[in-house]
Amino acid sequence: MMRRLLVFGMLAGFFAGLLAFGFASITGEPQVDASIAIEEASAPPPAPGEHAEEEVVSRSTQKGLGLAVATGVYGIAIGGLFAIACAVAYGRIGTGGMRPTAAVVAVTGFVAVAVVPFLKYPANPPAVGNPDTIDRRTGLYVVMVLVAVLAALIAAQVGRLVSARLGTWNAALAAAAVFAVLVTMAAVVMPVINEVPASFPAELLWRFRLASLGTQAVLWATLGLVFGPLAHRVLSPAPAPARQAGTLARADETRASSQATAPSAG
Amino acid sequence: MPDSASSSPAATPLAGGTARPLPLPLPLRDIVPWAVLAGALMLLGIYFVGSEEGAFSLIGGTWMHEFVHDGRHLLGFPCH
Ligand SMILES: [Zn+2]
Repeated sequence: MMRRLLVFGMLAGFFAGLLAFGFASITGEPQVDASIAIEEASAPPPAPGEHAEEEVVSRSTQKGLGLAVATGVYGIAIGGLFAIACAVAYGRIGTGGMRPTAAVVAVTGFVAVAVVPFLKYPANPPAVGNPDTIDRRTGLYVVMVLVAVLAALIAAQVGRLVSARLGTWNAALAAAAVFAVLVTMAAVVMPVINEVPASFPAELLWRFRLASLGTQAVLWATLGLVFGPLAHRVLSPAPAPARQAGTLARADETRASSQATAPSAG
Repeated sequence: MPDSASSSPAATPLAGGTARPLPLPLPLRDIVPWAVLAGALMLLGIYFVGSEEGAFSLIGGTWMHEFVHDGRHLLGFPCH
């Protein structure tokens, strides 16, 4: 059971990673290219007799295979963790099956793993950020992700505790409120990072960050919507074929009614 | 009004809504071994995409960093 859920999570994650790759290529790569152009224009020219900095990986590989492998591996890894989270949440968070459970866990994961860290430490294009502070920035970013995930777990537990008294809907509202308070407190306490050069175009930065957030949104939305039905079939195998007859009859009805209304549209 | 759906015991299961029972949870002891094993592997994958040869370096060099460079930026990780 767990093995199949994990495999389906990784499969859904890989598919989500591929869609995220497509979205990032179209919406994000123009911004990355423009930022690299700014970075190179502001770099000091190589001294005479010295070679310009050699490319370890060509730009076309970075934009193509490199981006695809990065989003693919990231998608598979997030998909695996997502499957485990859904297995734990199933039957424990007030959702009535694996499809709604996967949807709730996907929204929660997107907010905790992507949105909250992004609001505090937003994604930066090349040419933004001092290489000397990468250790500190990486550490703070990871702490922000961990704090948001921990806040989500605490919020879920609070929701479970009050659900018997308040009902599922109000318990979900209480959990959301607990999560919002916890991550807001963390975001206020954590130090500010601002390494955007004054000369960097604000509009380019905005478009890059929007593309970055959109890439994460595509990944998590696909993950939740693809994993849900797959896991649903693992946990409750398809029932009697008798349902098919009903489905067909309903399809006929729909066709008949659409034919009836069709002339009015023309 | 007295014989509305909510007061009829036979109609309650069909009505769904709040009366619908939640599915049986999967036992945690079945999940934990997988969570530990796969969790570690998945986090390693995220580490290679997100931070290898950035703030940390396990295998050294810059090839890995350069290869996943665009993904690292666009997925929101601090890169350089
Ligand atoms: Zn970079």
